[in-house]
Amino acid sequence: MKIILPFFTVVLIACLVYGGTRYLEGHILFGIIVPYICFALAIVGFVVKIVKWAVSPVPFNITTVCGQQKSLNFLRHSPIESPASRCGVFFRMLFEVLFFRSLLRNEKVELYGKERRLIYGSDRYLWIFAILFHWSMLIILLRHLKLFLEPIPYWIIMLQNLDGIFQSHIPPVYISNVLVSIGLVFLFLRRLKRRVMYISLPSDFFVLFLIGGVILSGMLLRYVYRADILLVKAFLFGLIYLNPVPYTGFGTMFYIHLCFISVLIAYLPYSKLMHMAGVFLSPTRNLRNDSRARRHINPWDYPVKEHTYEEWEEEFKDALKEADIPLDSENKG
Amino acid sequence: MEKPDEMKKAIDLTPKKGDWMTPEVELKKGTYCYGAPLKHQKYLELPNQREWQPHDVDWKLPENWKDIILDGMAKLLKKNRAFKLFMDICVRCGACADKCHFFIGSGDPKNMPVVRAELLRSVYRRYFTIHGRILGKLAGARDLTVDVLKEWFYYFYQCTECRRCSVFCPYGIDTCEITMMARELLNLVGCNIQWVVEPASNCFRTGNHLGVPPHAFKETLGFALDEIRDLTGINVEAPINKKGAEVLFIAPSADYFASPHWYTLLGYLMLFHEIGLDYTWSAYASEGGNFGLFHSAELAKRLNAKIYAEAKRLKVKWILGGECGHMWRVIHQYMDTFNGPADFLEVPVSPVTGTKFEHAKSTKMIHIAEFTADLIRHNKLNLDKSRNDNWKITFHDSCNPARSMGLLEEPRYIIKNTCNHFYEMPENTIREKTFCCGSGAGLGADENLEMRLKGGMPRAMAVKYVKEKYGVNMLACMCAIDKAALPPLLDYWVSGVDVCGVHELVGNALVMKGEKKRETNLRGEPIKGDSKDTK
Repeated sequence: MKIILPFFTVVLIACLVYGGTRYLEGHILFGIIVPYICFALAIVGFVVKIVKWAVSPVPFNITTVCGQQKSLNFLRHSPIESPASRCGVFFRMLFEVLFFRSLLRNEKVELYGKERRLIYGSDRYLWIFAILFHWSMLIILLRHLKLFLEPIPYWIIMLQNLDGIFQSHIPPVYISNVLVSIGLVFLFLRRLKRRVMYISLPSDFFVLFLIGGVILSGMLLRYVYRADILLVKAFLFGLIYLNPVPYTGFGTMFYIHLCFISVLIAYLPYSKLMHMAGVFLSPTRNLRNDSRARRHINPWDYPVKEHTYEEWEEEFKDALKEADIPLDSENKG
Repeated sequence: MEKPDEMKKAIDLTPKKGDWMTPEVELKKGTYCYGAPLKHQKYLELPNQREWQPHDVDWKLPENWKDIILDGMAKLLKKNRAFKLFMDICVRCGACADKCHFFIGSGDPKNMPVVRAELLRSVYRRYFTIHGRILGKLAGARDLTVDVLKEWFYYFYQCTECRRCSVFCPYGIDTCEITMMARELLNLVGCNIQWVVEPASNCFRTGNHLGVPPHAFKETLGFALDEIRDLTGINVEAPINKKGAEVLFIAPSADYFASPHWYTLLGYLMLFHEIGLDYTWSAYASEGGNFGLFHSAELAKRLNAKIYAEAKRLKVKWILGGECGHMWRVIHQYMDTFNGPADFLEVPVSPVTGTKFEHAKSTKMIHIAEFTADLIRHNKLNLDKSRNDNWKITFHDSCNPARSMGLLEEPRYIIKNTCNHFYEMPENTIREKTFCCGSGAGLGADENLEMRLKGGMPRAMAVKYVKEKYGVNMLACMCAIDKAALPPLLDYWVSGVDVCGVHELVGNALVMKGEKKRETNLRGEPIKGDSKDTK
C-alpha cells in the first residue's frame, strides 16, 4: 500500500497529461492553467509556512552542542561544533546545509555474533547518496536557469559544459543526470529495508516517485523526444511575463515534464520537502552556545508562583532555630 | 528479571512487518513509572488532581480531555518554533533510529526517535494540517484517542531527553524538545509520574528533592565534616545561609544524602577549605537539580527561581554549581532566561587565581569543574595522583553537560591531574556521542528498573569493553542521576566496576595543609599506591 498507491498516483498524473494533450487538446490546461495554479499554490504555501515558522518565537536557547564549549583559555574550544560566535554559527550552518555535517556522523549499531557484542560501524552510504542526489539536483536546477534568463549568463554555460564534459554521446550525457538517478534509486532502495520501511509513510514514496518522474521525463525530453529549446524558452517566457501563448507543437513528454514539476512545487510547502527551508531555522543548530554569556530573552515569559524565602522561613522557623541558622525576620526586628 | 545474556538475545533491531500507526501499549511491569500521588499534585496545584495509576483501565481523564490537549498543542505550536518546525520537517531518513539507547536496548521500534516523534506528529497532522485532515491515515495522521494518549504516556516516559539523536539528525530535530512538549500536554490532563512530581513538590516546599528540612540538612553536612576530620585531622567548615559570603554553592541534594555521591561532597568540602573559599551553602536553595524540567517549563522556572532569589538575599557575588547533569541543562540554557537578569551579581572571578569567567558573564554561575580545572592549571592545588592508584578510571560524559553545554575537557583535565590511570571508552560512546545511563529525565524509579537496564545497556557495554581491555574498575561521572543509576546498571551488565564523582578523585588526591597521613581514601579503603607526599 505504502508503495503501490503513491506509484499509481504518479502514473495517473502522467496518464492524465498524456491523454489530455494527445486526445483532448489539453495544451492550455496542462501547459498553462495547471502550472499557474500549482505555482500560485507553491508561492502561497511557501510564504505562509515560512512566515508561520518565523513569527513563532524561540523561547529558549536550545543549541545541541557537539564540541568543547568556550570556557577556559587553556582548553581547546571547538568553534564550529560548539559555536560561541555568529561566525561559528555561520560555518556550522554552512557545513550543515552544503555538506550535511550531521549526516556524515552517521554510524550503525549491531549486536554481533554469538556473544551479541554491541558494535559500531561507520555508515556513510546515506550521506554519500544524499550528497549525490542533492548536489546533482542543484546543478540541474541551475542548468535550467538558461531557460529563464536572456542572455544566458556565462557561468551557466560554463557549468553546463563542465557537467557534460564526458562527450561520449550526442547530445552529451550530463554527469548530474546520471548521479541524480543513482542517488534517487539508492534512496528508494533504502526505503525498502525493513527498518526504514517501518517508519516510511506513503508520502515518502510519493515524493520519490514524483521526483523520479521529473527526472525520467526530463531525460527522455533531452535524449529521446527532443524539444526545441528555443521554442520552449519562448513558451516559458510567455508564462513568466503573464502573456501565455498556447503552443501545440511540443511533444507530450514536454507536458508531462512540466506537469510533474508543477505538482512537485505545489506539493512542496505542504510536505516534508520543506526541510530545505526548515534546516536554516532549526534552533538546535542556528543558535550560539553562549547562553551563560548572553541572556536569551523569552518573549512570552510570564511570572510564576514561587515559594519565596519569607514563606519558607515562616514554615521552617523552628527547624531553623534548632539548627542555629539565622532568621531574616528576627534579625530585622 | 531475565539474565543479561537473555535480555541481550531478545533484542531485535529489525522491526516486524507493519507500521506504528495502530496505537497499542502493553504496560508490562518493570517498564513504566507509577503515577504521581495526589498529595503532591495538590501541593503543586497541577491540573486534573486524582489518585491514578498508569495500569488502571480508566485514567479518570476530564470529560473534555481531547479539547484540552488539542488546545494545548495549538498554544505550544504558537509559542515554540522548535516544536512547530520539528513537526513539519522530518524526512524520516532514519539516521536517528539506532542512536537511541532505548531502541538499542529494547529493540522496540516505537523507541526509534523518529517514531517517538511520529506518535505526536500523527496527531499534529490530523488536526493542524490540510493534507492530514483530508487524507487521514494515508498522510500518516491519526485521531487522538485514549489509546494514543496511553501510548504517548508510555513512550514519552521512555525517553530520557538525552539529545543524542539530535546530534545525528541532519536538521537538528531534537527528540528532547518533542518529549518535553508531549509531557507538557500529558500534564494538562494530569498524567504524570511519581518520580518527577514528588521530588519537584518536595523541592518546591523544602528546597530539595528528598524534602530534607533545614536542621537535617545542617546535620548531614555536619556528618560530612566529622568524616573529613577523621580522615585528615582537619577541621573543615560548611557555612549555611551565611550573608555576605563571596560565593553561593549549590549542589544536587543527592550529594548529601546518597552514595556514592557522598564522597563527592567530601571532595567539595575539602577543596573549599584548602583554598580558603569564602562561600556558603543555602538551606533554602539546597537543591541544584530541577525535576520541574521533566514536567513543564513553568514548573522548572518555579523551582529554579530559588537560586537567584537566594543569591540576592545572601548578597553573594556569584554562584558555583556542583556536579549534576540536568541541573546544568537548566543553568546553562534556561536559568538566565527564566529568572534573570542577574544584574545584582558580579561576573565570576576565581579568588584564588584571578581568572575571570567571561563565558558566564551573564548567568554568573560556573560549574565546579571549570573552577577546579582553573585551579589546577594555575598550580594552586597540591595533588598526589597516586592516592587514586586503586583505580583504573574511565569517564562517562553525562548527557546534559556534554550535549547542552560542551563541558567535555574540564572533567578530563581534572581526572588526568588527579589520577595515574585513565582510559577513554570507545569514541562512539563518549563526548557528544555519549550514551545515557538510561535513568535520566525522571525515569530512575525502581518500578521502571527493567527499562532502565535496557536503556543503559549501550553505556554498560562500553564500560565492559574498557574493563576487559584495560582492567578499568572505576567509572567517574559528573551527574547525580548517573551516580545513582550507574551502580545497579553496571552490577547487572558488567560487575566489578564502581562509580565515583570527579571531585571524589580531587578529594583523594588533594594534599591538604596540615593533614595527617592518609591511610585510606574517602571511601575508607586502604590506599594502594606509593603516596609520595604524605606526612
